[in-house]
Amino acid sequence: MPITQTHELHKRRFGRNLGVALSLVGFAAIVFGLTVAKIREGASMEAFDHTPRVSITPPVETKP
Amino acid sequence: MTDATTNTTIQAAEGEARFGDYIQLLKPRVMSLVVFTAFVGLLVAPVSVSPMVGFTAILFIALGAGASGALNMWYDADIDGVMRRTAKRPVPAGTVSAGEALSLGLWLSAISVAMLGLATNWYAAGLLAFTIFFYAVVYTIWLKRLTPQNIVIGGAAGAFPPMVGWVAATGSVSLEAILMFGLIFMWTPPHFWALALFMKSDYHEAKVPMLTVTHGRAETRRQILIYTILLVPVALGLGFTAVAGPVYLAAAIVLNAIFLKGAWDIWRRAEALAEADAYVVEKRFFRFSLYYLFLHFGALLADAGLRSWGMA
Repeated sequence: MPITQTHELHKRRFGRNLGVALSLVGFAAIVFGLTVAKIREGASMEAFDHTPRVSITPPVETKP
Repeated sequence: MTDATTNTTIQAAEGEARFGDYIQLLKPRVMSLVVFTAFVGLLVAPVSVSPMVGFTAILFIALGAGASGALNMWYDADIDGVMRRTAKRPVPAGTVSAGEALSLGLWLSAISVAMLGLATNWYAAGLLAFTIFFYAVVYTIWLKRLTPQNIVIGGAAGAFPPMVGWVAATGSVSLEAILMFGLIFMWTPPHFWALALFMKSDYHEAKVPMLTVTHGRAETRRQILIYTILLVPVALGLGFTAVAGPVYLAAAIVLNAIFLKGAWDIWRRAEALAEADAYVVEKRFFRFSLYYLFLHFGALLADAGLRSWGMA
């Protein structure tokens, strides 16, 4: 037979579960936001990524 | 079968914690002061920090402070249960077990230190770890029950947040950070001893060696004056560094004059007179001490605002 009557302890447990869930969602959002912020901060960095490109090849002197 | 299980569960759950009880373990009122001072420390630093990194840093500094609060409640449950002010805390009230408080404190310490390190730098994270260690081990476990100077030592833990905020932004400690630390460190003893003067019975019953119990009330009044005199040059000295400006200097002169006058009045008062008027001067001094700290850091923030608008 299913339990149909709600006791005060069910409310407490629901509140606690909701609190934990929101904390976890908040934590995930912060890690995501921080990752985006960190990547943006490093947006001006350029490094070798296995593909030569004009901006990172050394300048070649040409004779006039 | 189901009936028996339900009844047992209901009985066992009478003392079950709400989510709010776990929040109470983190001492939210202390955390609000930590958030404010760490925010000022981070904002007045001469380095621009991205809002998301700054927000994360403040959040995890506050969480680290909360973690040390939980560790404090785990260890101090016996004396918390005796004192009227702390008897309703979750562990002595029986809603959260001491083991849960310890576990929450340790996990939140690890998470906050790791996240602060990832968000800013490992120097700031190390300083936060040291702050938690200092409050939980050096103050709570070791010295709180051993020496009447416990408040002075505990004050150091509360003084670290603006320094952690500063280091999170700059990556190093400087004179400004040390003076912000000094401001809270020197302010704590007069603030708490004033409270101890009019909340006298509590500490005595808990057998915590509060200065009022071990050295008497006249000596406590003298110590309040001594620490206030030592506080003044630190507060004014901060006014001559790069983080302060005209607002801070003006505020510091006025606030320290009032604070010094209050400490002088407390020192001059006889205990019988204080008892007769229900500690009106001590209560006023304690209330003012809260504004004192808030306004000093608020003034630093105002000067930082003026600088960013090119007005100072």
